[in-house]
Amino acid sequence: MAWKRVLSNRGLKIPVFLLCLVPVLLLVLRYLHQELGANPIEFITHATGDWTLRFLAITLAISPLRRLLGLPDLIRYRRMLGLFAFFYGCLHFTTYFWLDKFFDFSEIAKDVVKRPYITAGFVGFIGMVPLAVTSTAGWIRRLGGRRWQMLHRLIYLSAIAGVIHYLWLVKSDVRKPALYGAIVLVLLAERAITAFRKSAAARARGAIKVRPA
Amino acid sequence: MLFKRGAEIRYSEVTPRETYLNRRSFLAAIPLAGAALFTTRASAAAAKLAAIKGPFSTDEKPTPFADVSTYNNFYEFGTGKDDPAKNAGRLKTSPWSIAVEGAVGKPKVFDLEAIMKMAPLEERIYRHRCVEAWSIVVPWIGFSLNTLIKAVEPTAKAKFVAFQSLYDPKQMPASRYAGIAFPYVEGLRIDEAMHPLALLCFGMYGQALPNQDGAPVRLVVPWKYGFKSIKSIVKIKFVEKEPPTTWNLSNAREYGFYSNVNPTVDHPRWSQSSERRLGEFGKRKTLMFNGYGDQVASLYAGMDLRKNY
Repeated sequence: MAWKRVLSNRGLKIPVFLLCLVPVLLLVLRYLHQELGANPIEFITHATGDWTLRFLAITLAISPLRRLLGLPDLIRYRRMLGLFAFFYGCLHFTTYFWLDKFFDFSEIAKDVVKRPYITAGFVGFIGMVPLAVTSTAGWIRRLGGRRWQMLHRLIYLSAIAGVIHYLWLVKSDVRKPALYGAIVLVLLAERAITAFRKSAAARARGAIKVRPA
Repeated sequence: MLFKRGAEIRYSEVTPRETYLNRRSFLAAIPLAGAALFTTRASAAAAKLAAIKGPFSTDEKPTPFADVSTYNNFYEFGTGKDDPAKNAGRLKTSPWSIAVEGAVGKPKVFDLEAIMKMAPLEERIYRHRCVEAWSIVVPWIGFSLNTLIKAVEPTAKAKFVAFQSLYDPKQMPASRYAGIAFPYVEGLRIDEAMHPLALLCFGMYGQALPNQDGAPVRLVVPWKYGFKSIKSIVKIKFVEKEPPTTWNLSNAREYGFYSNVNPTVDHPRWSQSSERRLGEFGKRKTLMFNGYGDQVASLYAGMDLRKNY
């Protein structure tokens, strides 16, 4: 299949990498042309937050797409996409503690404790840190595949926390956070269904083994 | 010649910066009668609106017109900050009338032109603080709301004033996604409404209000959060009981009836202690009553402002 050949081509990683950089490059371009609107810091905050959620959703979509499309080679891109989610998350977080709070750590601590939407966003961001750190082949070896995979399910928490962060922040128009929520929900539901089928199949096999006796 | 200009021309293009910065001396040079020139209000959106220098103006630098006219909360035209500037073009602002009714001796449906003739138009440069913790400085044009109130002779039963915005889904298709109920309603206590700072506003930056900023007539209550300054008013009713207000109906815990700017009472979801003035990099400390405490603090003497947020 043509798709399989394209995806297994090592050279494709570079254009995908560059494509993932487009949102931040567009922000820089807008900044240089003074097109960030009346409230540039808010614009940057929203753009980087949006892209964090989008990359989380894209990363979460890899496994279901591998199964549904029969394209196991998609796995080659998962780490990079996940790291881009972390990258945009870092930009988003930096915008907050630098351009919004100006490194006032007591204010930030108060925010994190007192304001549920900040708490949710903070949890989502912190949840991504160990995943970024352990994203190397060395860490997979050290942790062992099974434990590594368990740890990396933290991305579910980050995605859910990110959606809640957005939902709790809007004043009345919930369309966008609801859309992100629906996408994340579908991606997680696919996993639950797959896991359920697998365990049901395993039980069925077990049952067959028992019967002859 | 002034009226031949197209609707697309920006204030900044119409008036050279030098002239703009020297407008005080220019305005001081023309007599009071200047205001009368413009009682024949042009229908074009960017029609110029002359005004005499009014009281209460701050000497802070006005926010650029381009920001004030592209960064708006006007949920009837969409919830994005840039939506109103994109979508409010279809708002028909002429002819326009305001029904003034309720506990008054002289209820009446006024044509906008008749209201604008009630007093000389004044330019007042006010600070404007949004509940979302951003702020602007705007040279508004209008006169004290109490001019209109006195004209209709409120009775002893008029304890509150209720305001209502236009709601026409045909002109405001984006309104159905706003997540708040329309028509937008707001209210003031009668003594707040009578306070000379409360402005009935028809213009800004020397021209008629752009649609997205609440054309053709809005309220400006500078010591309260911006959402109290209701836009595109079609009805004013004098009532005995505290009237319902839109954001309070939407979320009573977050938006009170009074909603005075108060850096010591946080919004449940964010701090109100500081604000970002559009165009500035750092943040400013928010001032009690948005810096209008000398004028309005006495209205709330003895009130617990933590409870009456």
